[in-house]
Amino acid sequence: MALLEFTNKGIYCPPADVYIDPWRPVSKALITHGHADHSRWGHQHYLCTEAAAPVIRYRLGNINLSTVQFGEATTINGVKFSFHPAGHIVGSAQIRVEHKGEVWVASGDYKVAPDGLSEPFEPVRCHTFITESTFGLPVYRWKPQDTVFEEINDWWRQNRDQGKVSVLAAYALGKAQRLLHGIDAEIGPIFTHGAIEKTTQVMRKQGIRLPETRRITQQYKSKDFEGSLVLATPSATGSNWMRRFKSASVGIASGWMALRGTRRRRAADRGFVLSDHADWNELNDAIKATGAERVAVTHGYTNLFARWLREECGLDAWEAATEYEGESLDKDDAEDMENEKDA
Amino acid sequence: MRAFANLYTRLDQTTKTNTKVAELARFFDQANDEDRLWTVAILSHRRPKRTVNTTLLRHWAAELAGIPLWLFEESYHVVGDLSEAIALTLPKAHSSNKQGLTYWIEYIKALDKLEETEKKQRVTDAWMQMDYTERLVFNKLIMGGFRIGVSQKLMVRALAQSTAIDENTLAHRIMGDWTPDKTTFEDLILTKDPLEDVSKPYPFYLAYALEDSPDDLGLPKDWIAERKWDGIRGQLIVRKGELFVWSRGEELVTDKFPEYHPLAEILPNGTVIDGEILPYKDGQPLTFNDLQTRIGRKNVTKKILEKAPVVLVAYDLLEWEGQDIRERPMEERRALLEQLLEQTETDGILMLSERVNFSTWQELEPERQNARQYHSEGLMLKHKGSPYRSGRKKGDWWKWKVEPLTIDAVMIYAQRGHGRRANLYTDFTFAVWDDKQLVPFTKAYSGLTDKEFREITAWVRRNTIDRFGPVRSVEPAHVFEIAFEGIRKSSRHKSGVALRFPRISRWRKDKPLKEANTLEDLHQLLKLYEEGG
Repeated sequence: MALLEFTNKGIYCPPADVYIDPWRPVSKALITHGHADHSRWGHQHYLCTEAAAPVIRYRLGNINLSTVQFGEATTINGVKFSFHPAGHIVGSAQIRVEHKGEVWVASGDYKVAPDGLSEPFEPVRCHTFITESTFGLPVYRWKPQDTVFEEINDWWRQNRDQGKVSVLAAYALGKAQRLLHGIDAEIGPIFTHGAIEKTTQVMRKQGIRLPETRRITQQYKSKDFEGSLVLATPSATGSNWMRRFKSASVGIASGWMALRGTRRRRAADRGFVLSDHADWNELNDAIKATGAERVAVTHGYTNLFARWLREECGLDAWEAATEYEGESLDKDDAEDMENEKDA
Repeated sequence: MRAFANLYTRLDQTTKTNTKVAELARFFDQANDEDRLWTVAILSHRRPKRTVNTTLLRHWAAELAGIPLWLFEESYHVVGDLSEAIALTLPKAHSSNKQGLTYWIEYIKALDKLEETEKKQRVTDAWMQMDYTERLVFNKLIMGGFRIGVSQKLMVRALAQSTAIDENTLAHRIMGDWTPDKTTFEDLILTKDPLEDVSKPYPFYLAYALEDSPDDLGLPKDWIAERKWDGIRGQLIVRKGELFVWSRGEELVTDKFPEYHPLAEILPNGTVIDGEILPYKDGQPLTFNDLQTRIGRKNVTKKILEKAPVVLVAYDLLEWEGQDIRERPMEERRALLEQLLEQTETDGILMLSERVNFSTWQELEPERQNARQYHSEGLMLKHKGSPYRSGRKKGDWWKWKVEPLTIDAVMIYAQRGHGRRANLYTDFTFAVWDDKQLVPFTKAYSGLTDKEFREITAWVRRNTIDRFGPVRSVEPAHVFEIAFEGIRKSSRHKSGVALRFPRISRWRKDKPLKEANTLEDLHQLLKLYEEGG
């Protein structure tokens, strides 16, 4: 019996009888981070890092949730679990599982390059590593984030000088706060879509310092937005919600913007290549750093990346079916809709 | 190439026409004459020929990136654009370059005669001194398929802004048979009285499709209707005793159609006719397919001339007695054309495009519906007072096409698209029922909204049965209505038919799988509408 198994409910640990990021209701769930495809409704008990907890509580409401510190060990039925930074969003973790000398690491979603906001990714030695593969092709290679922020700042400045609004589409959880943190807030006022403002408030309350933002409400007239930066959810940028801006330039911040095709399909004025997932080099470096000989490849270009690891890196790699979604441009559309009514 | 690559990026970053024109005009202002001329050439479909085949480029790129070829190929399918896939995969450059567009185009042209190892050396040398966008542009130039999202029309508009020369004058100056090697920016664009060129055609006036009923067009008496023939739009010029035939793609095709050659002596000098090059035999048009096979051939043999002879169906008169008469009203030009054809014996080579008479729009509707009987595509509506304009313009001329034929079919294979549809499943193969089996009969690419494509892409990912390279076979589950313009017999297809211009007209989510059409239904359509039958 393997220490971790891929079942139809999630990643299961038989000796401990717990699941990691399960997608069907279970009794005990260890959660890597708060994105909807990893932390779902309906489990009887949740365990996550203390830093990830506020957002998970905000999203899932009154749940039975315990927290641990990064690096702190929890033993369940003789299996030792510990959470280690995954660098994906604030509080996101890789979960290390140790039993009778065998070590597995389930990494959830991760990125290696530090973003200045999330706890930096920590390589964890293991025998078997479970890796995502959202951007697991050699065409995905990110520029340093400073370069991308310079591009965004330039774009905003230029729009401001033309009296335009800069509307930047980003995930409400993670990407939006990373943008707030990295942007040059001196350029002008920053407005937020309701869904983004709420997660931002949650994160401010846990002690994360972010520049001042104003939540968009009916009280603002189109004049008020001139020259400002507006952080909006991806679905809002394609809806009537945009009507409030007289003259706007629309940008999208996502790893998918690396491809011209996706950029053009979105009819955005600008695509900024900024992802909270590892690029090709990071994936390869991260896997190497674990020293793992066995690698389970989940969500993304699973079959191609697994083949690469097998044939070119000499690893025992295989595709594992999960219901994680990685960075989909449409992913939080449904979530936005929930929040739309109070925006 | 920095400046040109920057232009490429800026054009790519906007969907707004005015911004594109302004960016391009700014480039024209700043570039040197050589680069300006090459830019005009590239944006008017005068791209340099491909000098390295793409298989070699793929191998070199994979090797340089240190990845196996299969991984490069898979990445390419995801990106949907080979130039871009290469630019994204190559390792970081080790230096930069200061050369301009013309330098690199000459560099690419010089590759043509080289041995493979030398080509490889030259191409990798170039790659390693370019950044991402420069590589993208360079690759696109090498592969001979350079596009920049700016039509010739917009390029001319930008050039007009930059040179302060009238748009139509410029459109005329850049037509014809020139390449940047044989002329200069000064001679071609700026010189007021350009090189005497008797072959020079006028820009074609193209019509938009009429989507709604013609009721909104005004009074029927102000309009004429003609059949819309399914050949190749052509312009026939007789000047100084010589004949020139241009196709709509601005290609000089005089040699391809020896049938027209006697017209050099028959028509008076200073005559330019706009018409349709139409394959025509025994008193009726042949199919477009017949014409296409003929054009594909290098030599026009006797056999071909017998099998698919062409006539010119004359629509309009643009030059008469050496005078450009495009500004005169349609009605007047048409009267001159009719008079010319009446007085000239052309042995049937030149035919008048007959008017379809009508006094109310209602009367015209059945004429449009029965277009297939005449082997035509529908009707053309032209305002009697209209001048002959340049390019595609709305208002005075409309094409009013016959409703397409349709059939409900089941999707059985899917493949990722290209360009803006990269990474989405957009290319589908469709099948109809033959008893309990599904028989594939056509592919179709376009017709769904982006949202629908995303939906079907997510579905394809989850319901793949098998993979054959980039093609996935999927669970037969979805019915789509396929629209097409024509149908003919084909021995190359299992279904026995081939469709013309198939596309998806809607996703029949309301239709159960079992109710998709059958092979029998397709053959019924073939019987009714077979092209040229």
